[in-house]
Amino acid sequence: MKYGLELVVIGVLVIFAALFLVQNTAIQANLGEGEEAWGGADGAAAEIIEGSGYTPWFDPVWEPPSGEIESLFFSLQAAIGAIVIGYFFGYYRGKKASG
Amino acid sequence: MHIMEGFLPGPWWQIWFLISAPFVIYGLYQLKMLVRERREALPLLAVAGAFIFVLSSLKLPSVTGSCSHPTGTGLGAILFGPFITSVLALIVLIYQALFLAHGGLTTLGANVFSMGIAGPIIAWLIYRAGMKAGINTFVTVFLAASLADLSTYIVTSMQLALAFPAEVGGFMTSLAAFGTVFAITQVPLAIIEGLVIALVFKYIISARPDLLVRLNVLSESAVDRIRGPAA
Repeated sequence: MKYGLELVVIGVLVIFAALFLVQNTAIQANLGEGEEAWGGADGAAAEIIEGSGYTPWFDPVWEPPSGEIESLFFSLQAAIGAIVIGYFFGYYRGKKASG
Repeated sequence: MHIMEGFLPGPWWQIWFLISAPFVIYGLYQLKMLVRERREALPLLAVAGAFIFVLSSLKLPSVTGSCSHPTGTGLGAILFGPFITSVLALIVLIYQALFLAHGGLTTLGANVFSMGIAGPIIAWLIYRAGMKAGINTFVTVFLAASLADLSTYIVTSMQLALAFPAEVGGFMTSLAAFGTVFAITQVPLAIIEGLVIALVFKYIISARPDLLVRLNVLSESAVDRIRGPAA
């Protein structure tokens, strides 16, 4: 099985995608007006903590002014990583091919 | 998902800085030795760091109806050990704290401990134990990476539960509450992370098996066994 591991990964991803779709339908059906599902787990933890009357004593030095700009930095982070990974795997492959 | 800025009161944030500092300092020392003595391994170090960058930028939905992201630290821990990985995790955490208001500077010590130290130590121990016991390499890598991911979030839950014990029931009640939020959300993501890292490990074996042997990650006989059927 040359591509056994690849097949397992694809299979699991498909299963999780299907689970997500089923779960999403159930969640959307029960969602009230103005509520949003699929928020961050850290936001949920912050709610528990703030529910006990705690207020954070320090604010982030800089906050992305909008969701778009936040996603810009997340994409940038992924892109930097992807370039590095691709570069070195390509480098090794090319080196091998040229002997 | 990291502990957010300002969400750890004193003395907890200072305590976690103090606990994390020696690991990072020793990691920097190991890094210096690596750069000096094993320059040929630097591309692999870059890949391990880049992997943490990519995986920790991907916020994935989980079955619990909330989103979280994998950590990607398992690969670095397997290749270079937990100390160097703590330095790599620190870089990512500073990036996210400064540019994304994700995690925070005051909670950096606690977040480095959960993501850069506790998780990688688990990964490294599982990998070493699995190799010694002769378990299939990819199964071992999968277990190491996914349990590292999961334990990162269990440690995060513990850190929050220590700082915010419930009025009724104390630490354990809080741990259950934060564990539900973090750890359960993380289970599917941990499985995916383990699989992806096992896959990358396979590609590293096919690209540079010699480096893995030199870094003492795999023995030569193990490399031959894995590459044998494919060659």
